[in-house]
Amino acid sequence: MHDVRRSLLDADPALSRFDPLPRIILYDDFDRGLQGWSELIGNYEVSLDSMLPAYADLRPPMLSSATMWDTGTAGSMAGTYALKLATRPQRGHIAASLKRVTWRHRGPVRLESFFTFKPEATKMTLSSKDVRSVGVLFDIQDQEKRWMPHLRYLNAMEDEAQEKWQFKGQREPLREIGDSGETRSHFHLAPRGWEDVPEGKQSLCYNEIATKQNWHYLRVDVDLDTRQITALQCNERVHDVEGVEPMIMPAMPNLWSMLNVLFWVETDVAKRAFLYLDSVCLSGEWSSP
Amino acid sequence: MIRQSYAAVVERNVLWEGDFVTEPYECGWATEAIFFVRRLESEGTVAGTRLHVQISPDGMRWCDEGTVLRLTEAEIDFCKVTHFGNWLCLRGELSQGASMRVIVTLVLKE
Repeated sequence: MHDVRRSLLDADPALSRFDPLPRIILYDDFDRGLQGWSELIGNYEVSLDSMLPAYADLRPPMLSSATMWDTGTAGSMAGTYALKLATRPQRGHIAASLKRVTWRHRGPVRLESFFTFKPEATKMTLSSKDVRSVGVLFDIQDQEKRWMPHLRYLNAMEDEAQEKWQFKGQREPLREIGDSGETRSHFHLAPRGWEDVPEGKQSLCYNEIATKQNWHYLRVDVDLDTRQITALQCNERVHDVEGVEPMIMPAMPNLWSMLNVLFWVETDVAKRAFLYLDSVCLSGEWSSP
Repeated sequence: MIRQSYAAVVERNVLWEGDFVTEPYECGWATEAIFFVRRLESEGTVAGTRLHVQISPDGMRWCDEGTVLRLTEAEIDFCKVTHFGNWLCLRGELSQGASMRVIVTLVLKE
């Protein structure tokens, strides 16, 4: 049965490049549209001004044909359009986009995506240290805990190349929003508390000028039962995730069985940083009732 | 096939005064667009201000497309644009002493 399933996947030009677990929860090919990916916004009450400032402007995603000033349209990895996240041209600014679903079984979940990132090609220079980071996180809740695996590829920091994977297990302070006592918020993407994935250095193909980009494969596995990150793979490298911990906190009201997946990009300079996703596949493993 | 559509909030709770321009938005898949400008609050005279739709070959260099959004006394004003290529933004200038806090929604349809 397993071989038949793999053969069927292999014969499908869209899914052959993925290694999904038996149940595909979602497969989003952005040639078919934005596929339900939306902008992240912070929690607020009564007024937008009540939001934590870092959450105020995480930018709407768009469909990009990766069109360059010098060579025209590059397109996506498989087609024309990719989901594009674009920061403002302000140092440290973050753009984030997510998909919100729920889980139906506390077991293994796998996220796969083909992605690439670049700074806006405003200068005719390499610009390889302009994008600070790109990252992915899950936001999951069961009956006891809310837990949030955070992983990022730290490309550069303060004009120094970093080229390494990091995780964040450290929680950010939970703030009360408004006066009702019903709304709270924490800016978990804050640029502090990040730790290195063991031997997590990895140089990606940036290419040789700012208008050329190559697509990368990403796989992140988590186990909803043990609340652990169980795998991180980027292209050919399968990283050691021993000690790579998620943020974990008591369960919160209104988030039962939540399974959110979020990508983000952060700029290290006063220039827009772009993250492109060709496609995203989220899969899980469970048996039929 | 149902036609795709998408509403992008390109500016939210942003204060406009003096010269302003919205962030570039890539939307080559769409054939028609509406910019909605919602006024959350304002000071001074903003009615009568003309905002200009801009298009671009590369997302970095911009020219006026010709469509104008004229602000009124209403909470929401809009303009329609078609045949815009791959990028859209909206630029304008408020007179001295005028300011407004806005939500700008770009509604796109295949």
